[in-house]
Amino acid sequence: MSVLVLADHDNGQLAGATLNTVTAASQIGGDIHILVAGDSSGDVANAAAAVAGVAKVLVASDESLGHGIAENVAPLIQEMASGYSHLLAPATTTGKNIMPRVAALLDVMQISDIVQVVDANTFQRPIYAGNALATVTTDEAIKIVTVRSTAFEAAAADGGSASIEDATAGSDAGLSSYVKSELSSSERPELTSAPIVISGGRGMQDGSNFAMLEKVADKLGAAVGASRAAVDAGFVPNDYQVGQTGKVVAPDLYVAVGISGAIQHLAGMKDSKVIVAINKDDEAPIFQVADFGLVADLFEAVPEFEKELS
Amino acid sequence: MKVLVPIKRVIDYNVKVRVKADNSGVELANVKMAMNPFDEIAVEQALRLKESGGADEVVVVSIGPSQNQETIRTGLAMGADRGIHIEASHDIEPLAVAKLLKEVVTRENPGLVFVGKQAIDDDCNQTGQMLAALLGWAQGTFVSGIEISGDKATVIREVDGGLEHLAISMPAVVTVDLRLNEPRYASLPNIMKAKKKPLDSISVEELGVDVSPRLTVIKVEEPEARSAGIKVADVSELVNKLKNEAKVI
Repeated sequence: MSVLVLADHDNGQLAGATLNTVTAASQIGGDIHILVAGDSSGDVANAAAAVAGVAKVLVASDESLGHGIAENVAPLIQEMASGYSHLLAPATTTGKNIMPRVAALLDVMQISDIVQVVDANTFQRPIYAGNALATVTTDEAIKIVTVRSTAFEAAAADGGSASIEDATAGSDAGLSSYVKSELSSSERPELTSAPIVISGGRGMQDGSNFAMLEKVADKLGAAVGASRAAVDAGFVPNDYQVGQTGKVVAPDLYVAVGISGAIQHLAGMKDSKVIVAINKDDEAPIFQVADFGLVADLFEAVPEFEKELS
Repeated sequence: MKVLVPIKRVIDYNVKVRVKADNSGVELANVKMAMNPFDEIAVEQALRLKESGGADEVVVVSIGPSQNQETIRTGLAMGADRGIHIEASHDIEPLAVAKLLKEVVTRENPGLVFVGKQAIDDDCNQTGQMLAALLGWAQGTFVSGIEISGDKATVIREVDGGLEHLAISMPAVVTVDLRLNEPRYASLPNIMKAKKKPLDSISVEELGVDVSPRLTVIKVEEPEARSAGIKVADVSELVNKLKNEAKVI
């Protein structure tokens, strides 16, 4: 048995979710290989080779692989698949884009977004926005699985000494090409791996009011998130969204500010260790999942919260 | 150009789902059903394309029991021209759905497929990508903006770090995200008109696709419930609890 993990990266850095996926791979068992498909991504390959528990890193380097275009990456994985019992990828937007394409090329039914490895053929995954957990088993010759990073600890980023080998470079399928990115830049920790997250909802009333949350975030070393309502209203960009169809987070502390708590939002944060809700509506459903609830006007409570942290 | 929009019938997004006592699945009896919200966005986008002269026909297709015809009628009432119902008595996995849709694409020859990025019941997020793979087409996933010119489309994708713009060749499969548009409501006259629009039924067997499941669901459980904690009186009590009781700051 051996497991191939597709690395998520930007050609410069290995994305943290890859480490959580390696942990899921180690629970399955067998040799763990990491595929780095990219363009001049030598640093990523070195980082992947240092991850504890990884036996081999395969590097496919080509201009056509530089932006994770699914039409170019999927045939590459398809070609390598026969040597593996499992193909894993983090359930990031990259993994979600590429792996179903691989699965269809291999005529395999994928298992998406697992939160537990029961055994090498059996996995648990949330359905209905996490309101139910399904345990599913498969006897496909190759198992294709995407992994919810918050459900698995990160493997140690150092201590490993995997060999690095070149893999087939692949070629441009000629179907899609990268144009440009508009990426949010922030000095704060990444939302899905931050130990503390402070999120704002519709109650924030305006994008400029998120500055209040940012001040608190900077004092706590926290990431800033948002509910769908706040993103739809244009207060903050899409990559802030926490929920069923946005990002799933499970920090040590999640502070929900002006968020009512629709089930779609709860799906993205209810596995946080401690949840705080600040909302002026004492009937808001968010209080049903909060460890500590404060019924207050957020425009008074948040600045006071920031001051108390000093 | 013809646009094909696959639509799924799911439990309405407002319904709190309940796990069956025997852990075989979730309770579907007497539960309000609706069109998957992401697929509504896909229908809306197809209609806007037609209204702006970029498409001449919008065809909606749904796979499932006879009740799925209601979902198709909803799509027709929104403004789609024609419906196709693929009759299936049991749940069909995304891979098999993609294979059935591939057969429909071969028959209908659309220039574009718009579909929701995921269904809110199984949360798989697979069907569009699988269909694109089976057809050898380009895929634009998690799309919040699209512009078509000739045989190319530029799509804006919602990715983890922000937004990504891709140029994709047509024909293509485009899976739509929340912020692409706000779907319209069907007006009463349009609901009446939809009853007269053509709706063809085809069986899975006619399409010659093996839809037997590849996965076995062993059990479906309720997640551990999170109980409500306490209400604090003010900010200083909150900070005190977080520091000394929960020890998270």
